[in-house]
Amino acid sequence: MSRDLLAKKKNFHWDSIFKITATCAGAFVLLIMVLIFGQLLSDSWLIWEKEGLSFVTGDRWNPVEGREAFGALPYIAGTLVTSLIALCIAVPLSLGIAMFLSEIAPTRIREPISFIVELLAAVPSIIYGLWGLFTFRIVFKDWFESPTHEALGEHIFLFRDAPFGLDILTASVVLAIMIIPTISAVSREILLAVPAIQREAAYMLGATKWEVFRMSVLPYAKSGLIGASILGLGRAVGETMAVTMLIGNAVGPKAFPFGFFQQGNSLASIIANEFNEASPVSMYFPALIGLGLILLFVSLAVNVCAHLIIRRVTNAHEGGIKGF
Amino acid sequence: MEMSALDVLNAMKNDEQPSTKRNEPEKEIPNDMTNDGKYKVLIENLAVSYNGKKAIKDINMKIPDKAVTALIGPSGCGKTTLLRTINRMHDLTKGAEVTGKIIIDGENVYDSHINPILQRRKIGMVFQKPNPFPTMSIWDNVAAGLKLNGVKDKGILNEIVEDSLKMAYLWDEVKDELKKPAVALSGGQQQRLCIARALAIQPEVLLMDEPASALDPIASQKIEQTIIELKKHYTIIIVTHNMQQALRVSDRTGFMYLGDMIEYDKTETVFKNPKKELTSNYVQGRFG
Ligand SMILES: Nc1ncnc2c1ncn2[C@@H]1O[C@H](COP(=O)(O)OP(=O)(O)OP(=O)(O)O)[C@@H](O)[C@H]1O
Ligand SMILES: [Mg+2]
Repeated sequence: MSRDLLAKKKNFHWDSIFKITATCAGAFVLLIMVLIFGQLLSDSWLIWEKEGLSFVTGDRWNPVEGREAFGALPYIAGTLVTSLIALCIAVPLSLGIAMFLSEIAPTRIREPISFIVELLAAVPSIIYGLWGLFTFRIVFKDWFESPTHEALGEHIFLFRDAPFGLDILTASVVLAIMIIPTISAVSREILLAVPAIQREAAYMLGATKWEVFRMSVLPYAKSGLIGASILGLGRAVGETMAVTMLIGNAVGPKAFPFGFFQQGNSLASIIANEFNEASPVSMYFPALIGLGLILLFVSLAVNVCAHLIIRRVTNAHEGGIKGF
Repeated sequence: MEMSALDVLNAMKNDEQPSTKRNEPEKEIPNDMTNDGKYKVLIENLAVSYNGKKAIKDINMKIPDKAVTALIGPSGCGKTTLLRTINRMHDLTKGAEVTGKIIIDGENVYDSHINPILQRRKIGMVFQKPNPFPTMSIWDNVAAGLKLNGVKDKGILNEIVEDSLKMAYLWDEVKDELKKPAVALSGGQQQRLCIARALAIQPEVLLMDEPASALDPIASQKIEQTIIELKKHYTIIIVTHNMQQALRVSDRTGFMYLGDMIEYDKTETVFKNPKKELTSNYVQGRFG
């Protein structure tokens, strides 16, 4: 075959089509982001005009016409506090589940349990909400909240409020239960992706399973595990249905999460709860959309933090293992 | 201990003399393959299959104590598989099944009462690919095995780390940056780090899977030097694709082909006077 023949055979227009379609798909993501952001900003414009930054820092909430006052701080706090409590409960448990599934469980039960975990991750949040509302909160109140309140209520302000079952802690615990399947399923994948040769390095030295995990698996998987946790945090921050049903839906200054057994509200739950009542012509509607914009920023901030943390952890062993 | 390449070559020449001499008396007892009648590892009717597919079939070998045994053969013939049976690494491989016996110091390591974890502490292994602990420093990598075994004294640790790195001919290159992460080393340096890590636990048996494959000729000669040095104390089994290397360092050579041990004999015999035509073809580079 001559050189010319080969040159003719090259088909460059497929390459152009490939480049153009891929670029369009990429641009689509950007477009959606801009559209959402623009819509939220324009619909909430009135509230920013009227309240300015005090919309973010204020704590009053009064939708009655003539006496309108809107402040988002209690709900920002509510979102962060419930999500962080949920994360504190979910991460250790999820790591335990993932460790069991990847390191300890015999193959026979590994597969079915992994399947169940993935199934749980796919359960719609309304189901968790209903279960929380009709079953969990009653049991939780009788068996945990009331006894703890009686024992510690007088001494520690966090347990001060008389438990009612619909409160910050109930919402956080159900949130934790909701994000556990996600975090454990992803963590399990990450642990299983640790190369066999890494584990063998520790086994060769006579390490036990736990020592192998500590020496080889954990350092290798660390950034991925943090990523999995942040994924859970992201889900908790935006979770709406279950939280709305369980958090107690307090508004105004008393919605500040100062105690576990206190009624609160999160950004997502107050929007869901009050959306029906807001008339588009009043200040009420722009205020709720403004909360949506803040929620978007909180989610973005969580993601950016996640990337920064992961990058720092990964930098510690940058370069990877050579010679592969 | 600074050594130029020339010194190493000279040292190796000098070292070859006694080892050939020591081998001589054995010619009178061709059936007995040991130096002094002592075997460290006995392999009996060993077979390994992956997901039901046989990778090695019915291998029998007697591996002499304080000597180097080389395993050679074309890629995929089962050298790594055979090596991994000795410290029960296959326990961790999904789908791998081992039958037969590996007897070390009179005990079958596959016996139900044997704890594979304690067993592995007596056996060092250098893997085909370098696998340092990626987040640990150079020092921590070498000390890892000692710490696992309960050595806490910093002075002792420092001493053994230094000795091991010297034996692996890495010391001069890293002595000023022992706190550097291991992954900052080059591939060949990582390989020598892994050798040092295996040496640090002072194993009775040292398994080396192509330890010099990622090394330049000088470093690889240095490693050969170390192997010859180490066999005074340890039993070494080495997999290599380098015929010259097998010839230089080993006392026994096993030639494997498609999961069978075709010929296992004194290295000299395998290379200069093989009994099987297959062996002769392979060592002369006529296939592979
Ligand atoms: N983990 C595994 N699962 C399934 N099959 C395997 C596995 N490891 C090895 N094998 C198969 O077993 C056979 C022997 O492999 P082995 O790694 O022992 O060869 P080798 O002689 O070490 O080759 P090389 O010189 O290329 O390293 C090969 O056919 C290989 O495909
Ligand atoms: Mg191999």
